[in-house]
Amino acid sequence: MTVHFISEIENLNMLLLEVTSKAEHAVYQAIQATLSHDVPCAQKVIDSDDEIDAAEIRIEEECLKILALYQPVAGDLRKVITILKVNNEIERVGDLAVNIAERVFDMASYGENTVEKIDFEEMMSKACGMLKKSIDSLTYHDIETAAEVISLDDEVDKLHHDAYLFVREKMLKYPVQAGYYLDCLTISRCLERIADIATNISEDVIYMEQGKIVRHLHEGEQK
Amino acid sequence: MPLKLEARNLNFFYGSQQVLFDNCLPVEEKKITAVIGPSGCGKSTFLRVCNRIFELYRDQRAEGELLLDGVNVLSSEIDVLELRRNIGMIFQKPTPFPMSVFDNVAYPLKLHFKLSRSETHDRVEQALRSASLWEEVKDKLKASGLALSGGQQQRLCIARAIAAEPEVLLMDEPTSALDPLATGKIEELMVELKKRFTIMVVTHNMQQAARISDATAFFYKGVIIEYGATTRIFTNPVNRKTEEYITGRFG
Amino acid sequence: MKKKKLFKRKLANHIFRIFSLLAVLLASAAMLVIVSHVIRAGCKALSPGFFFNPSKPYGVPDSGIANALLGSMMITLGAALLATPPAICAGIYLAEFRDHPKVTAVLRFSANVMMGMPSVLVGLFVYILMVVPAGHFSGLAGSVALAIIMFPVVMRTTEDMLGMVPYALREASLAIGMTRTRTTLKIICRSARKGLITGILLALARVSGETAPLLFTALFADSWPGDYLSGPTPNMPVLITEYSTNSPFAAMHQAGWGAALVITVLVLALNIGTRILFREKRHAP
Repeated sequence: MTVHFISEIENLNMLLLEVTSKAEHAVYQAIQATLSHDVPCAQKVIDSDDEIDAAEIRIEEECLKILALYQPVAGDLRKVITILKVNNEIERVGDLAVNIAERVFDMASYGENTVEKIDFEEMMSKACGMLKKSIDSLTYHDIETAAEVISLDDEVDKLHHDAYLFVREKMLKYPVQAGYYLDCLTISRCLERIADIATNISEDVIYMEQGKIVRHLHEGEQK
Repeated sequence: MPLKLEARNLNFFYGSQQVLFDNCLPVEEKKITAVIGPSGCGKSTFLRVCNRIFELYRDQRAEGELLLDGVNVLSSEIDVLELRRNIGMIFQKPTPFPMSVFDNVAYPLKLHFKLSRSETHDRVEQALRSASLWEEVKDKLKASGLALSGGQQQRLCIARAIAAEPEVLLMDEPTSALDPLATGKIEELMVELKKRFTIMVVTHNMQQAARISDATAFFYKGVIIEYGATTRIFTNPVNRKTEEYITGRFG
Repeated sequence: MKKKKLFKRKLANHIFRIFSLLAVLLASAAMLVIVSHVIRAGCKALSPGFFFNPSKPYGVPDSGIANALLGSMMITLGAALLATPPAICAGIYLAEFRDHPKVTAVLRFSANVMMGMPSVLVGLFVYILMVVPAGHFSGLAGSVALAIIMFPVVMRTTEDMLGMVPYALREASLAIGMTRTRTTLKIICRSARKGLITGILLALARVSGETAPLLFTALFADSWPGDYLSGPTPNMPVLITEYSTNSPFAAMHQAGWGAALVITVLVLALNIGTRILFREKRHAP
């Protein structure tokens, strides 16, 4: 029976990896769309969120099935619970990608005469990098990578703060384009949330491995 | 929580072969302690040291201490018959005596107490009620104990064990010979009984241990690998072997 | 290919079944032939007088087998009373108290030897032991001889029946604070009582037909068995021997067959009755 259980867990892992890469891709596409004001691309991102939602439901059902049928305990139980939680978080990443994509419609209306744009490349690559690392740490039971992700959150927070200052400055300077800059702030906030999600996932991985719930601890003190 | 039973450096031998190695185990009062482990790991043997039932066999001996309320029950100064009144035992296969239901439960009363007929009757009824069996047998107290169903027979054995008003109940896989419905009834009964008795139960069924016990001890090859609160053992065991066993990776 | 293999296996199965059946029929046929011969030869001798009159020498009218029947009952009962208590105790010792393996081994070995001993030797032994010193035959000596034959049988069946009681029952009795003795006597014996009684009754049925031991111990008399302790006592097996082989008269032969029929019916009844009355009732699980 354990053989079946192990293959079920592997299957779950695969599904989770798939949906994560979908979500990552959506974020990437959404950011690209904001840079080039590519409306059709943004629309595609919004439409493909349905796939992510469907995948989330599928994974949740698989988790429930495993809990009911195999009644796992100890490490196995923590693994399934963690996958259940992470699944939920990934779906939120997909929703954040949609939020970003929706900004494109508004940003496009300002056309090419926007004076100073924000470059989200760095923030995006950091946030998406954190996300990828956190999922890897889940798959490979790697606490060190998880801890690394948690420590990177501060950098993204700083970038978000910088963006906020930039937007405040530009809104005063170019009041006509305030709408554009507000969209930029929203995007920055979405990316910051993605980094937070990656942090949450890493905390869940630490719970899975050590059986200790470490949430709400790393704010203020380093683990 | 005070300790009802405590094993200290308990060793056990079948002839020249040692099967329990330096066991140290606390058993808390009025709680259910589950003893789990793969076949042949010594968990039943450990149980049988507690009421010295191993003395039925010549070549089996125990060394070390087993303290009941601080007194070592293995010493030769202990009245074994009184010890066995105080520590009841229920076996895997139900063992009703070849007599009526009433006589089965009354027997230990006859052995240990001088009671009038009406007192005996009251105590028998009380014991049968406590074992959730009264309603089912009150009209057939004269029927043979062997005529009951498996689950009823096991509850009869429990009634018989608690009639003598012990402090501790030892249960050796009490439900493994029963169907799921009967098993469920006995498990409910055990949770009720722990209000009055300290219970130690050996079980192969880990879900059962998880469901009903407050503390769990994991035995492997005669050694106690891990002991702790059941919740902790089943969510986050410390020892790798424990984790492997309860997740079914072996045994 | 498959069909051929199946056919072969089925054929082998059928052949074996037929052989088994033939073996059973052969064994049953043997018994039926003997019983039917006894019935045919003996039923002519049966009459009310046959059952209630004591035996009388040839020529005397109203001869019967009543005294022999009574004598047999007394001798067999005496044997049972003599043999059963020690045999049961020995059986209990073998089954329950295995404290000294050497003693157990010796006991068992002795029992096996005794069971294999020809009954005529037992009779001779009691003859030398009791008849010669006393100077006379007696029913009591007959009972002693039969008891010696019964003893190992009852001991072994007791041991076997007690051995069939599951160990858990012993442990359960001890676990509520009973001593070993009480456990054995009150619980284990009670649990096995049907088997124990069956063992005794079957052993009884067996010895009730033994002739050779009685020839040397109780012999025979034409009177009512009042001299059980001090004189030869009439009994069925010796009567049959005397009438059928030692007497030249046809009327005695017929009476012998009649007695044989009676004893056959009694032993059969005891055997079958015991097995029916004491069969294990099936309890619902």
